[in-house]
Amino acid sequence: MADERKLCLSGTGITKVFGIGRNKTTAVNHVDFNFYEGEIISIVGESGSGKTTLAKMLLGLINPTEGEIYFQGVKRDISSHRKKKEYWKNIQAIFQDPFSSYNIFRKIDSVLLDCIHMRGGRGLPYDQKVELMTEACRFVNLKFDELTNKYPFELSGGQQQRLMIARIFLLKPQILLADEPTSMIDACSRATILDMLMQLRDEIGMTPIFITHDIGLAYYVSDTVYIMEKGEFVEKGSADEVILHPKEPYTRRLISDVPKIYEEWDLSTV
Amino acid sequence: MRHLTRQVFNSGKFVVGFSIFVGILLIVIIYPILFPYPPLEIIGQGNFFPPGLYVNVYDSIFTSHYILNLDDATANRIASKLDSEDRLAIQKWLTASGFPESEIDIENTAQLLDQWTNNFDPTKRFPGMTNADRNYFIRLNNSLKGLLSTEGAIIAVENPETASLEEAGVVAQNDYIVVNEVPNVRLLPLGTDNFGRDVLTELVAATKVSLIIGFVAGSIATLIGLILGLLSGYIGGQVDDVIMFFTNLLTVIPSFVLLILISFSIGQEQRGAFTIAVVIGLTSWVWTTRAVRSQVISLRNRDHVNLSKLSGHSISYIIIADILPYIASYVVMALILQISSAILAEAGLSILGLGPRTTEVATLGLMLNWALIYQAPILGYWWAFYPVIIVIALIAFSLNLMNTGLDQVFNPALRE
Repeated sequence: MADERKLCLSGTGITKVFGIGRNKTTAVNHVDFNFYEGEIISIVGESGSGKTTLAKMLLGLINPTEGEIYFQGVKRDISSHRKKKEYWKNIQAIFQDPFSSYNIFRKIDSVLLDCIHMRGGRGLPYDQKVELMTEACRFVNLKFDELTNKYPFELSGGQQQRLMIARIFLLKPQILLADEPTSMIDACSRATILDMLMQLRDEIGMTPIFITHDIGLAYYVSDTVYIMEKGEFVEKGSADEVILHPKEPYTRRLISDVPKIYEEWDLSTV
Repeated sequence: MRHLTRQVFNSGKFVVGFSIFVGILLIVIIYPILFPYPPLEIIGQGNFFPPGLYVNVYDSIFTSHYILNLDDATANRIASKLDSEDRLAIQKWLTASGFPESEIDIENTAQLLDQWTNNFDPTKRFPGMTNADRNYFIRLNNSLKGLLSTEGAIIAVENPETASLEEAGVVAQNDYIVVNEVPNVRLLPLGTDNFGRDVLTELVAATKVSLIIGFVAGSIATLIGLILGLLSGYIGGQVDDVIMFFTNLLTVIPSFVLLILISFSIGQEQRGAFTIAVVIGLTSWVWTTRAVRSQVISLRNRDHVNLSKLSGHSISYIIIADILPYIASYVVMALILQISSAILAEAGLSILGLGPRTTEVATLGLMLNWALIYQAPILGYWWAFYPVIIVIALIAFSLNLMNTGLDQVFNPALRE
């Protein structure tokens, strides 16, 4: 079955060690994975289990101590700035805290213009750029006219996260790493944001990777779930398999930690 | 931005420091316009003239005289001539001659002279009185008579033809002149220094040079510290190792020792004010580097920097647009402290005689050096060094106050 699908991101023996000597901490310990195109992946684990470190390595923001990451079956090369830029056209991210994700000294249009320039639209006439930005904002239910000359911190958390999705809409990457995209947002906006991400996935055909501590959310959105404990994948498989028939005690504990009200909300959406 | 400015000027400490600093700056700018004296011109023959209003004697004789009959004029004149030694001698004679001690007040000149003239008898002798004592009292009496004379002074002018003296006028004891009518009057509010230069004019010029040294040295130090700190903190790795090696090396060696050695090895001829500023700047960037580096390290893993990377920006763009604005307030504060410490470093260096080349340009430190060499503190010529110390203290105080004020604005945890 695995051979029929196209590999989009895979890794072998990925390890990240912080510190030296006695202060040595192994954040990610010899992790192997194969992410296929088209599936929705979730990496679930509690705080400090190494999920964000893994995400940063996948994004190329930090280099793994050991191991190789393959992009579409080819060994990833991000040795120079130009190659990194090329790589980042294919993989993008949404961060956990929208309030700290933006440079507070830059206006919203410049954030969106960066994305257009990244897609090679530097030479486009300004009208066309505005059109693209307006379209992206419309997609996430924001009004571009009201956002020009505003700073990101003037928006609410949900609006900022939606702006982040508008960025992804403009960039059209093949892989989206969503690092706890909804953990700082209230429950109402949470569903909206997840719906938007799913809609975006259908529209541009990207592979989303959710990184979350919320196993309910993982079950709600994903096809494949990876459970991470202390830097290692302890269990992986389809969402139904892992969550409804957990093998590992750690997974069972994660599931039992979910508040009751979540379970009902999750089950009702199945 | 406007909000930030308002916040900064709402801080009392900042406003006080800022006002003092701007006041000093304004005086430095305006004073030379109002009084365009050359700052290092030697005007006094002799050293350390006391502060005061200097009136030309020659001019004052030949300006119109006004007669004022003031009661205490004589007493004041005598009081200024009669020193405390003479007063004690008078007291001694009077008590020895049986005058009740309680009635003698040596501070009251008029009463004392009255008692003396009414009672003194040169023929009177007391037990234990030597001839020398007696002669001393007779001399004292004669000199007091001279003081008490009501004759005017005659002014004589030499006739160039006959070479004889001719009377040109008489200055009576109750003659007065109006200072405004005297053509040559010079106010020396702080007297003159050891070379006979006007201390106030010199002080203003010196403050200007010292401030320039402070700004140049502070800017150089902050710039070097900022660039090295940004590179070391953001790039990390081996660049960080190399930069931190040199930074730590310089941290261990006290920068003042380094400053003295460099300044000494430059040699007297090359040591201008600007050279000294550069030398101070080159030795004091260490702490700025360390502080900027630690700030950058805490910033470089923030999400907004990651987002900027993911948007394909280059390292230089990220440093300038995503890191620098976040540490700008900190850098401004570091700059203020660097200026303050550079001014103090220049003063310290100049006191040791290693400052800018002497006598060509005045700096606050050089003024202290001159005052010290000519023993002004020992001889009590306070005007040659106290004002300089006060100006240095005010500059350092105002800059540090501004820094504390800014710190309170930018760091809410410190607000009262």
